[in-house]
Amino acid sequence: MFIIKNRNVFFGITAIIAALSIASLSFFGLQFGTDFTGGTLVEIRYDGTRPAPEAIMQNLDNAGFEGFSVRETGENGYIIRASQLSDDQRGSLSATLSHQGGTAEVVRLTEIGPTIGTELRNKAFIALGLVLLCILFFIAFAFRKVSEPISSWIYGLIALITLGFDVLIPVGFFAFLGNFTGASVDTLFVTAVLTILGYSVHDTIVVFDRTRENLRLNHEHNRREDFEHTAGRALGQTITRSINTSMTTLVALAALYLIGPESTQDFALTLLVGIIAGTYSSIFFATPLLVAYEKWRKNRKK
Amino acid sequence: MIILYQGLALIIVAIVRIIRILLAMLQRRLIALIILLAGVGLGWFVYNSQVTGSHPFKLGLDLYGGTQLVYRADTVALQGADVVDSMEALRDTIERRVNLFGVSEPIVQTERGGTFAGDPEQRLIVELPGVTDTQEAIRLIGQTPVLEFRMLKKEAESVEIPSEGATPEMINELFERAAITGKDLASAELQFQTGAGYANTPVVVLNFNSEGTKIFAELTRDNVGRYFGIFLDGVPISVPVIQEAIPNGTAVISGSFNPESAKELARNLNYGALPVPIELISTQTVSGTLGEKAVQDGIFAGLWGICLVALFMTLWYRLPGLIAVVALAMYVVLVLLLFQWIPVTLTAAGIAALILSIGMAVDANILIFERTKEELASGKSASDAIHDGFSRAWLSIRDSNISSMITAVILFWFGTSLIKGFALVFGLGVLVSMLTAITVSRTLLMALGVESKSPTMRFLLGSGYTK
Repeated sequence: MFIIKNRNVFFGITAIIAALSIASLSFFGLQFGTDFTGGTLVEIRYDGTRPAPEAIMQNLDNAGFEGFSVRETGENGYIIRASQLSDDQRGSLSATLSHQGGTAEVVRLTEIGPTIGTELRNKAFIALGLVLLCILFFIAFAFRKVSEPISSWIYGLIALITLGFDVLIPVGFFAFLGNFTGASVDTLFVTAVLTILGYSVHDTIVVFDRTRENLRLNHEHNRREDFEHTAGRALGQTITRSINTSMTTLVALAALYLIGPESTQDFALTLLVGIIAGTYSSIFFATPLLVAYEKWRKNRKK
Repeated sequence: MIILYQGLALIIVAIVRIIRILLAMLQRRLIALIILLAGVGLGWFVYNSQVTGSHPFKLGLDLYGGTQLVYRADTVALQGADVVDSMEALRDTIERRVNLFGVSEPIVQTERGGTFAGDPEQRLIVELPGVTDTQEAIRLIGQTPVLEFRMLKKEAESVEIPSEGATPEMINELFERAAITGKDLASAELQFQTGAGYANTPVVVLNFNSEGTKIFAELTRDNVGRYFGIFLDGVPISVPVIQEAIPNGTAVISGSFNPESAKELARNLNYGALPVPIELISTQTVSGTLGEKAVQDGIFAGLWGICLVALFMTLWYRLPGLIAVVALAMYVVLVLLLFQWIPVTLTAAGIAALILSIGMAVDANILIFERTKEELASGKSASDAIHDGFSRAWLSIRDSNISSMITAVILFWFGTSLIKGFALVFGLGVLVSMLTAITVSRTLLMALGVESKSPTMRFLLGSGYTK
């Protein structure tokens, strides 16, 4: 199997991609959205052309808004982030944002109190941890009957390491995206990441599952085969499936990204990147890592 | 003779065997036909119930347009069981206010939240579809509820007592202020009257505080025979008649109560007597136009998604691919049917989950086809290969779907209503797609009766760029 034989090359490629993602993350940083920080998000549309952002900012300043930011959206709209609104500010929102005949229509208004923000943030972390833990247990359980030559926990651990990669890539990408389009980390982003986890572990399981089956068949037929070949064969047998399943998912997501609702575009893009990363890692990273571990263990025994 | 008989027996056995095989095939085809017809029928049904509006899809606020308000209830002054009761009373009151305003299908619910912010709190969530002015919605919900007592004006004695739906003007015309106020009430409770002539009839007992007892004694002494109205937020919730002077501060309201309605009245009275202050902590408003566009874009993205996946599947997997497309269509119809009947509230995130699941739904088929291809390559007949392909792929299908289910369940727990919409659709999608991929495509593929080893058949069962 080409990929197993040249696994060190692919480890190198994986490391470079991961490093790029970390660099993007530390350089751009993640911008947290209103969901998690608390505050206000307003989306407005104008009938005709929108006034200049400076005019809007001046109006907001006059109305006593603090710490706000204004960003263009669509043909004739703005998205405004601000801290908590007072009753008066909320009531006269449309009037405040209208300027010289351009009447602003508030099409979306979200206000998140600080407790809800904190709660959502904590819940997000707990959910992430819980998904990882459940997946580890599940894999260890699913592979409980396979302990030769590698213990079932190692399959789980390697799947988890692979998942770490699968999360790192979309997060790094999102930091990059946020810097240019203002996309921010919100509950929908967390949902995307958790979905990627579920999806790519599923991809990794299918490959591992085939290794498990090959090991069993070898055992039944009293065939002796290097683990490297057994795992390589499993990879070869499942690679078409891995790529094809990703293809169908990717075309569906591409449709969602290109023509789907605006509110789920960033979500679709995150999923696209995550699923590509997940497919890559389950083919070029998980099984090679499994083989590398087995080699290392064997050498240590000697 | 014997040979003849034996020959005859052999022929009969052969005929029976052929008939049996034919029957089995017919049966398979019959089942396949039934499945196809059922699919078409269900599809028509889903379409029809959307068009006629008998079971339309339920759209969430972000698609329909509307406002969601979240309040924190200050229950510090209460303890234990009182908290649950007063939250329920609060919900009833707010619901009454909302209904008075004529909002269609509002949702008012209580929730215990804040556990993960280290500070548990009681919350009230109000969803108002179609109300897209946040300030208006806030005004509508108003402030902490008010309990009031009013007397029916003397000249209005004969007029019918207005029930729910009366406008404030009508009420002002009919009632005048009573000397006693909601603050004078200490508590209210549900009791059952026993004794001669009473067959365990439920009554509501009002207990006034010391100040209230004095006022109430005077009021009842001077107004025997008049109607005494109890109002919550200006809406009459009970209008009993004063039958005698009540000097001891304990009034009994009897009448046509059932235990439920008596309990509700007692709760409302208690609530008014012990108000729970509410404070707005979060709002979310989406305009109808934005929601409408999201629905349209979602439908287009879904249709494109299905077409692209179908195109890919038929090009790569040929005949089985076509069958997977039929199974996919069945899947979409079934899921939509479930959405209508459960009903599942669709959000933009839910639509995204559906489109994602369309891409993922064919995975089970791909696993099966890849496996079948391997079995074919090892020299098995087409029908054996299909059969073995299915049974070998099953374990992988099961295990991989479990991991998706884990995510769906945790997301459902994690979620705000937006994310719950995603998790529910995603979880349903995983389950239903597994079902359709296994049953529908298996039945259809077997019904084709692909026994032949002709090159055409081999080509049709092949995949990718191989011949």
